[in-house]
Amino acid sequence: MTGSFGAESLPESADVVIIGGGVVGCAIARELARFDLSVVLIERSPDVATGTSKANSGILHAGFDAEPGTWKARLNVRGARLYAELAEGLGISRKATGALVVAKNAAEMETVAALRHRGIDNGVPGLEIWGRDRLLDHEPNISPEVAGALWAPTGAIVCPFLATVGFAENAIRNGVQMVTECAVTGLGMVDRQIVAVQTTRGRVATRFVVNAAGLHSGEVARMAGDDSFTIKPRRGEYILFDRSVGQLVNTVLFPAPDKVSKGILVSPTVHGNVFIGPDAVDINDPEDKETTAGGLAGIIAGARRIVPALPLGTAITEFAGLRAAAGKDFVIGSSPAARGLVHAAGIQSPGLTSAPAIGEIIVEMLQDVGLRLKRKASFVPVNPQKPRFHDLDREGQARLVASDPLFGRVICRCETITEAEIVAAIQSPCGARTVDGVKRRVRAGAGRCQGGFCGPRVTAILARELGIPVTAVRKDSTGSWLFLSRAQLEAGEGVDA
Amino acid sequence: MMARVVHAIQCIGCPIGCGGEVTVEDGSVAEMTGFTCNKGQAYAAEEVVAPKRMVTTTVRVSGGGLPLLPVVSVTPVPKERIFHCLQLLRSVSVAAPVTEGEIIVSDALGLGVDFRAARDIPSIQ
Amino acid sequence: MREFSYDVVTIGGGPAGMAAALAAREAGAERVLILERDRELGGILQQCIHNGFGLRRFEEELTGPGYAHRYVDMVKATDIDVWLDTTVLAAEPGGIITSVSPHAGLTVVRAKSVVYAMGCRERTRGAIRTPGSRPAGVFTAGAAQRMVNMEGYLPGKEVVIVGSGDIGLIMARRMTFEGAKVKAVFEIMPYSNGLTRNIVQCLEDFGIPLYLGHSVTAIHGKDRVTGITVSQVNDKLEVIDGTAFDVACDCVLLSVGLIPENELGRAAGVALDPITSGARVDQFRQTSIPGFFAAGNVLHVHDLVDWVSEEAAIAGRSAARHACGELAPSGRERSVMAGEGLRTVVPQRLSDFEPGKMSVRFYFRAAKPMGASLLQFWADGALAFERKLRVVKPSEMIVADIPVRKIGDAATLEFRVVPAPEQVAAEEEIEEEA
Repeated sequence: MTGSFGAESLPESADVVIIGGGVVGCAIARELARFDLSVVLIERSPDVATGTSKANSGILHAGFDAEPGTWKARLNVRGARLYAELAEGLGISRKATGALVVAKNAAEMETVAALRHRGIDNGVPGLEIWGRDRLLDHEPNISPEVAGALWAPTGAIVCPFLATVGFAENAIRNGVQMVTECAVTGLGMVDRQIVAVQTTRGRVATRFVVNAAGLHSGEVARMAGDDSFTIKPRRGEYILFDRSVGQLVNTVLFPAPDKVSKGILVSPTVHGNVFIGPDAVDINDPEDKETTAGGLAGIIAGARRIVPALPLGTAITEFAGLRAAAGKDFVIGSSPAARGLVHAAGIQSPGLTSAPAIGEIIVEMLQDVGLRLKRKASFVPVNPQKPRFHDLDREGQARLVASDPLFGRVICRCETITEAEIVAAIQSPCGARTVDGVKRRVRAGAGRCQGGFCGPRVTAILARELGIPVTAVRKDSTGSWLFLSRAQLEAGEGVDA
Repeated sequence: MMARVVHAIQCIGCPIGCGGEVTVEDGSVAEMTGFTCNKGQAYAAEEVVAPKRMVTTTVRVSGGGLPLLPVVSVTPVPKERIFHCLQLLRSVSVAAPVTEGEIIVSDALGLGVDFRAARDIPSIQ
Repeated sequence: MREFSYDVVTIGGGPAGMAAALAAREAGAERVLILERDRELGGILQQCIHNGFGLRRFEEELTGPGYAHRYVDMVKATDIDVWLDTTVLAAEPGGIITSVSPHAGLTVVRAKSVVYAMGCRERTRGAIRTPGSRPAGVFTAGAAQRMVNMEGYLPGKEVVIVGSGDIGLIMARRMTFEGAKVKAVFEIMPYSNGLTRNIVQCLEDFGIPLYLGHSVTAIHGKDRVTGITVSQVNDKLEVIDGTAFDVACDCVLLSVGLIPENELGRAAGVALDPITSGARVDQFRQTSIPGFFAAGNVLHVHDLVDWVSEEAAIAGRSAARHACGELAPSGRERSVMAGEGLRTVVPQRLSDFEPGKMSVRFYFRAAKPMGASLLQFWADGALAFERKLRVVKPSEMIVADIPVRKIGDAATLEFRVVPAPEQVAAEEEIEEEA
C-alpha cells in the first residue's frame, strides 16, 4: 500500500509517529517501512529537507574523525557503507571522490597521522598518508605550500536533498504517511507513557514517537518533560561556485583540524559545482540562517589556505546552514522521561552520513521498548529511476522526447532541465510543492542564473500541476508566497495575510 | 507682484543630459539657462509649464495566448493625469484577436489621448 | 534524429537574431533559419512594454513589443524559417547544431554559418554576494518584469530596488504604476548605471530617492523579505562603519548587471573577451571559430536595441557572405585594445578590410563617468584620430567610425578616452558609415 505526502489531515492513530522530515527522520521512516506498521511522519514545512538537511556540506565522511566508541564513530562508518549500497536504487546522487585532509607543515602532518590511527580504530578502510608530490599530483590547484595529506578513499559526496527525498519517497512507496505543514504542539502522556502527539493539524494517537526534530528536538523532548539534552544551533556559511570551475578540485579537501571544527573545506559537489565552507558560529535563534559579510570573508580566507586562487567571480550563491549540536555525541536512545519516546537528536556532522545507520539503530531501539515488528513481504527497497535528460547521450534524449514531448521543452537552461522532469518531480510520491522543492529535486534554478529565467516558468508549472493559483505558489516555507495578484495589491492583501 | 519660480530641469533629449534652470513668471517662461540646443530648450519649457509623458501599461485580454496586452498612449499624457489613465486602463478588458496599433481606448478621460495595442495577440481556439 | 541543412542559422529570435537573419537573407543566403526557445519571436523586448525603443532605427519612439513587432513582420514577409519552442543543446564547430523541441524532438541542423544571438542574463544576488537570509521576495528585476508585464502578477507591494541599471529603474516606475510603493533605489557606485532619461522619468517623476554610494549589507526575513540593511561605501566600495540603516520592504528587485548568455559559445570553444564575457570578434562579428558569428547582448551588453539591430545586421551579412564563400579568411589579424578610460571595445580584432571599405565602426564602454573628453585612436603608438565627446558615461555606449585610411597598416591599435583640454567640446556627432 502506498503512503501519502502533503498538507493533509492526520490519521486518528498510528503505530509510530516520527517528528521531523529531515534526512534522519526520512531514513528512519524508510527503515520502519520494512515492517507491517502504520507509520506517520510529521513535518512543519511544506517539504522534507528544509532544515539542517538542506544546507550542509553533502559529504559522506569516511569516519576517521569521531572518537572511537561514540555513536558518531559507529554510525558514520556503517552509514557510509549503507549509502554505497543504497544510493543508486534510491536515486541518491553519490560520487566516490575520496577525501583528503591537507597538512601544511610538520605539526599538521602529525595531526593527520593521528587521524589515520583513529580511523583505523574506527574501522575505516584504506587510509593512507600521502607526501607533497602525490598530493599535488592529485590536486594540482591547491597551494604548493603543503606538506602532505591523509587520504581516505571511502570519503564520498552526496546530494543531501536527493538523499532525504530518496529515503522519503521510498518510505512513502512502502506505506508511510507524511503530513507536511504540521507542527507538533504537545505530547500526550499517561503515566509517563506516550499516548498521542498533538499537532497544528490535530491529534494522532500513538505509543511510539521518534524525535527527529533536528534544531527543534530539544523543544520536543521538553514536551515530554525530558530535559536531558539541549540543542545549541551552530551556524555555518557556504559559498557555491559555478560548474564552469568544477575542475578546481577532485576530492573533498579538509584542512588539518584544529580544536573547534573540521575547518573550511573546499569540495566538489555531485552536480559538478564546487563549494567552500562552513564556518561554525554558535547562535541562539534556531531559524537564523543569515549569511554575514564577516562570515563569508572568513570562509574565503580559510578556503584560500588550501586553494589560493579561488574563482570568486563565479560564485552563484551563498547560504547558511544550522547544525543541531547537543554536545560531543549524537543523542540517540530512549527518553529517560517518557516511555515510547526515542530520540534521534543532536545529529550534527557526520549526521548525513550516519542517517541510514541511525534508521537501523532506532528501529532496534523501538523494538526494545516494545514495538512489535513483522517484516512486510511487499517492501520494495528501490525507487523507480527518474530519467535525467541532461545526463543522457543524444539517442537517449531522442528516445525520451519520443516518450513524452515535455522532455523536449527545456525550462532551466543553465542546468538543461526539461518540463517533463519538473512535472515528474511534482507528481512523484514525495513530490515538490514549492519552487525550492523543484530546485532541490531536479536542479531547475540551481544554476548560474539562480532561477532568474526559469523561476516564473517553474512557478506556472507548479500552479498547473498542483491545481492552485499562481499566488498560492511558495518559494520554500509555509509563508513564503512569491506573487500577488493585482486585485490582492489593490485590496491591500498579501504581506500581512 | 508677479510670481517668479525657478525650476531646475535635467534634459533627457540626448546622452549629454544638460542640467539647466527655467524661470517661470506667471505661468510662462521668462528665462532659461544651461540648455545647449533647441530641442533641449523646448523640452525644458514644456517641463515647467505642462509636463507630459508617454504612458505604457497593460490591459486584460481574453481568448489569447497571453493574459495581458501591452498598450501605449498614442500621444503624451499630461503628467498629473497619468494615474487617472492607469486607473481607467486597469478596468479595461479586451478580447483576442488584437492587432498591433489597434486603438484600445480612445480619448481617455476626455484628454484627447488614445491608447493603442503595442503588439498582436492572436486568438487561440 | 531528423537532419536539416541551412546556409545561415541564428540561435535566438530576439532583436539580434531577427536582424541577423533578415540581413543574411538580404545578402544572398538562400536558406535561413531562426531557432527560438520561447513560443514567439521578440525575445526580451516582449516584456519591455515601456517606450523609448527605435528612435535611431525607425526614427520614432516605440515600445519593446512595438519594436519587436516591426521585425517580426519583416521576418514574416520573407521565406526565413522560424522554429519556436526549440532549445539549442549544442552548436559544434563545422556548424552542427543539435536542438530539441516538444513537437520535433531532437533535431540536427547543418549550418554553413551560425550567428549566436542568445542575449544576456541578469547578474544575481549570489554573484554580488549580498549577505543575509534567503526569503521569498528577492527577484532579479527582469524576472519580476516578466511576471508583471506578461503574466499579470506582482512581486510585492513595498519595493526596494538594488542597483540602478535600466531594468531596475524601469521596474521602479512599473511597480509604481501597478500601485506598489517603491521606497528607494540603492546604487553602490557613485554614479548611476542607468540612462538619464530613466532616472528622470522613472524615479524623479515619482519622488523615488536614488541613493548613490550605498550598498546592501543584509537582506532580512524568514518566509518573505521583511527589510534590508544599507550602508554607505567609500571610494574603494568598502562599507563605512556607523552608516548602516534599515529599510522595511516586502520585495527586493535586483538590477545589478547583465552577463552575456554565452554557454553555447563557451562549450564550442569560442575565444572570449574576459571583460565583455562575450566572444572576441572581428569587424564582421566573426568569432575565433570560422563560420560562427555573434551579435547583440550575447556579444556585449548594449544600452539601446537600435545598436543591437545594427550590429546583428553586420553579423548576418557576414554570415551570408561566409555561407556563400565570399568571406575570405583574413591574411592577418590585429588586436584592438581598450586603453585608458575605456572598459571595452568591440570589435576586439580586425581582419583584412573589404575592398572599398571606408570606415570601421567601433563600440565602447567607458570605465568611469567623465566630462568633456577626447576619444583617441592610437596606431602603432602614434595618435592617428581624435574625436570630441561632450560627456562620457559608463551607462551609455560610445560609438565611433574610424576611417580605414587612419587605421592603415598599423599593427597595434588602441583606443583611449582622455579629458579634453578646457575648450568646450563641439557638438558630438555620430558619423554614418559610408
